[in-house]
Amino acid sequence: MEVNYEKEKKTLNIEITEEIDHHYADKLRRKIDNEITRYMPRKTIFDFNRVSFMDSAGIGMIIGRYKMMKLIGGDLEIKNANESVNKILEMSGIKKIIKIA
Amino acid sequence: MKSVYDNEMKLEFLSKSNNEAFARITVAAFASQLDPTIEELADIKTAVSEAVTNAIIHGYEDAEGIVKVTARIFANTIEVEISDTGKGIENIDLARKPLYTTKANLERSGMGFTIMESFMDEVQIESVLGLGTKIKMKKMIKKIPLNEEMQELARQYRRQIS
Ligand SMILES: Nc1ncnc2c1ncn2[C@@H]1O[C@H](COP(=O)(O)OP(=O)(O)OP(=O)(O)O)[C@@H](O)[C@H]1O
Ligand SMILES: [Mg+2]
Repeated sequence: MEVNYEKEKKTLNIEITEEIDHHYADKLRRKIDNEITRYMPRKTIFDFNRVSFMDSAGIGMIIGRYKMMKLIGGDLEIKNANESVNKILEMSGIKKIIKIA
Repeated sequence: MKSVYDNEMKLEFLSKSNNEAFARITVAAFASQLDPTIEELADIKTAVSEAVTNAIIHGYEDAEGIVKVTARIFANTIEVEISDTGKGIENIDLARKPLYTTKANLERSGMGFTIMESFMDEVQIESVLGLGTKIKMKKMIKKIPLNEEMQELARQYRRQIS
């Protein structure tokens, strides 16, 4: 996971670099929550460019972070999801509530 | 003894979460002999990951047990069986429902079975409370649509053998 915070835009960019399954989601969740509480961003963007695999554990992780961002009055966006990740995002209904760029 | 299947493999491993990747990658490697498309391979990987994760987090919960995976190939179909001897499923019809989860507090989304069912052609669930759970899934690789001529040949062939 690689993190970059844009101070002026209050935007937290998180590039996820591993396959998101139950094993990794547990670690990822803790790391991301740390960053969110540290910066209190207005917007968090997950870059999925390097995510080659995601299962339902990813859905739970994304919805959890979405709720957290809403709680602090911010927003969550996802970008660069590949085709198979997209299929899961679509099936889960995430696409209806979260902006996918 | 000669198997009725064209090929078969078995895996057994401890119910540790770092085996989830090992299991899905191994089954995908086995399935690759059917020359699946990238999308078909991703579907198989995801379905296996769902069933193996369920065995680990729901079947065995915090206890340690053995997860068994068997994969078989017959013609252009792959069949994968994933079983645990954990706590079993109380209500299978309910468990299959989208968004149904008994672990919402752990950020589960209840989409596991829904994903398995939409990514594979067939998903069977057998489960006995206190004894364990077995998931049997099938997927046909390369369902190439037949043109008119091929359809006619297939019809003739079916008439001949029936
Ligand atoms: N191997 C199993 N042993 C015992 N119970 C199971 C097993 N597999 C599934 N279940 C039960 O079925 C429910 C639904 O499973 P499903 O995979 O659809 O959702 P989930 O695992 O709760 O969430 P998600 O897969 O989205 O992370 C689970 O919450 C659990 O109660
Ligand atoms: Mg599940």
